[in-house]
Amino acid sequence: MLEIKNLHAEVDGNKILRGIDLTVRPGEVHAIMGPNGSGKSTLSYVLAGKEDYEITEGSISYNGVDWSELGADERAAAGMFLAFQYPIEIPGVATMTFLKTALNAQRKARGEDEISTPDFMKLVREKSKELKVTPDMLKRPLNVGFSGGEKKRAEILQMSLLEPTLCVLDETDSGLDIDALRIVSEGVNQLRSPERSMIVITHYQRLLDHIVPDVVHVLSKGKIVKTGGKELALELEKNGYADYVDEEAA
Amino acid sequence: MNAPAKIQETKAEQSLNAQFDATLAQTTQDNANQRKQAWDAFKAKGIPHRRVEEWHYTDLRTKMTDAFALASKTSPKADALTGAGGLETYRIAIVNGRYVPELSSNQALAGLTVTEAEGFLAAQLGTDDAMAHLNQALVQGGITIKIDADATIEAPIEIVRYTDGTEVSSYAGTSVEIGSGAKALIIESFEGDAEAAYQSNALTEVKVGDKANIHWLKLQVESEKAQHIETLSIELGAETNFQHFIYNEGSALSRAQLFLEFKGEGTHAGLRGTCLLKDSQHADITLFVNHAVPECESREYYRAVVDDKARAVFQGKIIVEPGAQKTDGQMMIKSLLLSDTAEINAKPELEIFADDVQCAHGSTTGDIDEDLLFYLMARGIPEAQARKILVLAFLSEAIEEFEEERSVELLEAMTRKWLHADEMVSE
Repeated sequence: MLEIKNLHAEVDGNKILRGIDLTVRPGEVHAIMGPNGSGKSTLSYVLAGKEDYEITEGSISYNGVDWSELGADERAAAGMFLAFQYPIEIPGVATMTFLKTALNAQRKARGEDEISTPDFMKLVREKSKELKVTPDMLKRPLNVGFSGGEKKRAEILQMSLLEPTLCVLDETDSGLDIDALRIVSEGVNQLRSPERSMIVITHYQRLLDHIVPDVVHVLSKGKIVKTGGKELALELEKNGYADYVDEEAA
Repeated sequence: MNAPAKIQETKAEQSLNAQFDATLAQTTQDNANQRKQAWDAFKAKGIPHRRVEEWHYTDLRTKMTDAFALASKTSPKADALTGAGGLETYRIAIVNGRYVPELSSNQALAGLTVTEAEGFLAAQLGTDDAMAHLNQALVQGGITIKIDADATIEAPIEIVRYTDGTEVSSYAGTSVEIGSGAKALIIESFEGDAEAAYQSNALTEVKVGDKANIHWLKLQVESEKAQHIETLSIELGAETNFQHFIYNEGSALSRAQLFLEFKGEGTHAGLRGTCLLKDSQHADITLFVNHAVPECESREYYRAVVDDKARAVFQGKIIVEPGAQKTDGQMMIKSLLLSDTAEINAKPELEIFADDVQCAHGSTTGDIDEDLLFYLMARGIPEAQARKILVLAFLSEAIEEFEEERSVELLEAMTRKWLHADEMVSE
């Protein structure tokens, strides 16, 4: 279970998160919506443990463990996965080598045996087929030359290989056409399980037609200003964020 | 006009005087004249210092405090020589400047002739460099390698230049003639006794005919206390493809100077390399590329990873002569500095005297990209390992551009070993 309490965070001295309280239980899918600049991506980076994102107040704990002193790699080994809004291209790093290195690093950190190469190859073949990640993509350097849709599919492939228990999807729908959105959403939905928590960060309601959330939060100016069921997303789609932004300003 | 002030001779120069006298006493008359000429050319300049523009960043006069005694003829055990590692090659072993048949491949290889040259002197150089002249004056022996026209040599031709002994110096001379239409991979290594302080000064002259396809890999893995100077003079015929790569890992001080001239049209030359430096290593790569004829393409791409207090120097000058229209020359040096005290001096230059050309140069210097590091760590890869992956990736990009499979594999293995990154060999 993820417990965020009164979380304040800043980047380069700019206060972005101003007191977030959020609890996500296993099996739950929470959507976080909000206007540009409300702190959605910052929240995802703070959760993943990016350096320079400093927690100034409050706490994050996962399954009872305080995360404030854990590095990004240790959080990943503890079950955290961030699907990046803009997956980074890394020339010179072969995709397959990267996937195997990541998987084995996490296994090692958890005291498990490394996966054998044949088992790994089989696993990748199975998972990549479902997500329409072609063998040609896997032969390229990590994310290099991938289209926007291919990058997002590759992120979900990583997620399904690493089997995290806490998935944070940062604007996974951005840059996707309708077909790609469907493929990515199906990939995510297949990973929904009673043991797994998900946080879906999005600007638009349309992603939530495909990945139906249990809870919807509205983030504005670094705080959660409203929480509701999936119908809240529809309401936002109709009325926009103006109500919440104005409310804050008033 | 004032005559230039006479610079006082250094201890190293005084040692060289005695070494030259001794060398001359043992030389036949024919060679003696050539040695004398070379020696006079050297003496006119002396050991290069920082006021000599081409040597500005590598003040050899200060760094070469002594000239070690000329290494004598020895025959080390075969397993002392590393060369191209485990590759099956045709080996040519040169120890202390001299060809050693018993350490070399002894079966004939069709299309290849190796001749020992007693007191060989490379006569026509595209350079007036003092240290190249010094090599010609003191050269201890050498070989001529000839590849026949239209010969395709499958096995890599491996030239191992080994300096055996401590506080000694070696001067090797090599002449390589490559016939038109020939195809070959040449892998040369420069090495010596581990941890020994020695000086190696090699001079190689390469002439390539038309329509040849040559890959040339230099592995500079001298002892960490060595001083290494190599002068490579290259002339290329028409419609030839010549790809050169320097892997620069060894030596306390190293200088590779390449002089390349296009003699025929429609030729492609790639000069590439990686420098992997730590502690207080100093590595200098200096290029002179002369586009003397039209429609040739040159690529000068180098990458350096510099740690601790090490320093990388890169100087590249592309000259496009009048009339060398449709020249395409691109030069780029990229460096990763892994510590606050690491240093890179990059000086790319273009001198263009033709008006219909495409030339560009650039250089970038930086630290490891924090966003890339975060991406890898967010997937569970610990920071130390993630950093190694990114350094390897940075160097691999340059290595892959050499486009010669056996060399790429060898270079990646050597790079991983340097990084202590053997654990990432998962494919």
